[in-house]
Amino acid sequence: MDILIAIAGLGIICLVAEIFNLRKAIVPVTVAGLLGVLAFVGAKIFSKNPDILGLGFDKEPYINMIINDKFALSFSALFILLTAFLVALSPEFHKNHKAKLSDFVAIKLFLLTGAIAMISFSNLSMFFLGIEILSISLYILAASNPKDVKSNEAGMKYFLMGAFASGIILFGIALIYGATGSFNMLTINAMDREALPSWYNIGAVMLTIGLMFKIAAVPFHFWAPDVYEGSPALSTATMSTLAKVAAMASFFKLITTLNPHLPGFLTTINIIAVLSMTIGNLMALKQTNVKRMLGFSGISHAGYMLLAFQFRDLTFAQGNLFYYAFAYTLAGIAAFAVVLYVSSSKGNEEVYSFNGLGKTKPLMAAVLTCALLSMAGIPIFSGFFGKMFLFNQVLDKGRMILVVFAVINSIIAVGYYFKLILAMYSKESIENKEDNNTVPFVYSAVAVIAILINIGIGLCPELILQLMR
Amino acid sequence: MENILQEIGIDNYIYLATLLFCIGIFGVLYRRNAIVMFMSIEIMLNAVNLLLVAFSTYHQDAAGQVFVFFSMAVAAAEVAVGLAILVAVFRNHNGIDIDNLKNLKG
Repeated sequence: MDILIAIAGLGIICLVAEIFNLRKAIVPVTVAGLLGVLAFVGAKIFSKNPDILGLGFDKEPYINMIINDKFALSFSALFILLTAFLVALSPEFHKNHKAKLSDFVAIKLFLLTGAIAMISFSNLSMFFLGIEILSISLYILAASNPKDVKSNEAGMKYFLMGAFASGIILFGIALIYGATGSFNMLTINAMDREALPSWYNIGAVMLTIGLMFKIAAVPFHFWAPDVYEGSPALSTATMSTLAKVAAMASFFKLITTLNPHLPGFLTTINIIAVLSMTIGNLMALKQTNVKRMLGFSGISHAGYMLLAFQFRDLTFAQGNLFYYAFAYTLAGIAAFAVVLYVSSSKGNEEVYSFNGLGKTKPLMAAVLTCALLSMAGIPIFSGFFGKMFLFNQVLDKGRMILVVFAVINSIIAVGYYFKLILAMYSKESIENKEDNNTVPFVYSAVAVIAILINIGIGLCPELILQLMR
Repeated sequence: MENILQEIGIDNYIYLATLLFCIGIFGVLYRRNAIVMFMSIEIMLNAVNLLLVAFSTYHQDAAGQVFVFFSMAVAAAEVAVGLAILVAVFRNHNGIDIDNLKNLKG
């Protein structure tokens, strides 16, 4: 609860700073504040008594709404880190709309409150509020370039799909409430599954469908590529890293806590996982727009993360999911920092705009290469270890066939990641050589820091895995 | 209040809410006018509100009614953002037909 209050307060400070003409201070103060909150969350994870400040927020009656277990705190720390990166990127990205900067930063902070609320919920109403705060902020970010026809279209499609999914989630919550008479997850989890009426399972299935929309898993993925392509690049970065992982993690928490006793439920999730990987990767092969390609790649990564549902030991599964999410999002941030630079200097994100980047901007090309290799799952980058831990866990459960599909898909994925790498290193730039615009400092700084953290957790994965235990 | 609920039966409330919800879903899927689609989404949310209130009375528990307030507030905020996007679309396309939005494909 104290984390939520601190971050929401930071968002309000942003809006007030604009009124008092302190525009230059907004981004430094926000990033510093986020890093402060990150340190606070880190202290909470490692200390025996999480109620460090002694405010009593972790005791009754707040405990019915928010639960600060290791799973929630670790994911909160990841979200805060990602938001710090995204906020640091925003002044350069919005340099032509300086007056709107405080709005964009504040919306990102409110989005972060939503993400933290939906990961640390212990009551379905908190979960609903969190997912709505996250979604509404994302609708605004997707449509945040009102003069651009594509941004309009992306915002409209995202809004309609998101509101539709919210309706389905809400119906699921209502049915679960009807079956159990409570919104509290601890009460629901303790109930006897066999004694509950059949609405309970229907409610769990509807929640699953609604969240599949949010994470863009395959039968419900059709909005994602359009929205990713049409939104401004920084909003796409937010969606494909922060929002996807937040939805995925709360989906995992929700299903493992609700624990519906339905025959074939896990089989269905496995089929959806395989379909997401396959269709996401196959469609990504023929894309020429990098944002759209990363959108399809995000669909396939959602498929990999859905493998985490095959577990013997819940804590290990949580650790593996967290590691995969950490690796994927940091690679995503690094890749998008480069995409932001290319799209601001060339005006679009087509693959040919990356031609010759290896010669003109070697640092940027190297970072993008590392990020793509991490997403493809090449060793020393953490993406490889993320995949390895997840596959091991599935093998441990005895689902050989799933791992076979997943490995084949990793090979397909290398195809389109290398298309971009080849464009950077083996093709000549189509423009004349003397484009001497330097890379903005924030873009290179964020890209390098993100990829270094990615490689760092690849070198010592225990650091991340032990957070959950 | 309890007597009425017992006479009608909780099942019928569920059927009514499901019916309204399905009307909302088919409205979103088949209508092409953005405002009508927004209205359909509102029907979906209100069907859920009805169901929550019915269950709240059935369980003699106030939490369901409090949840309805949350859901109403969220729905209002959501539709405000949606209408703002709609205004931006209207300015660029001079219309609110969803079929006009066809720039993103592939």
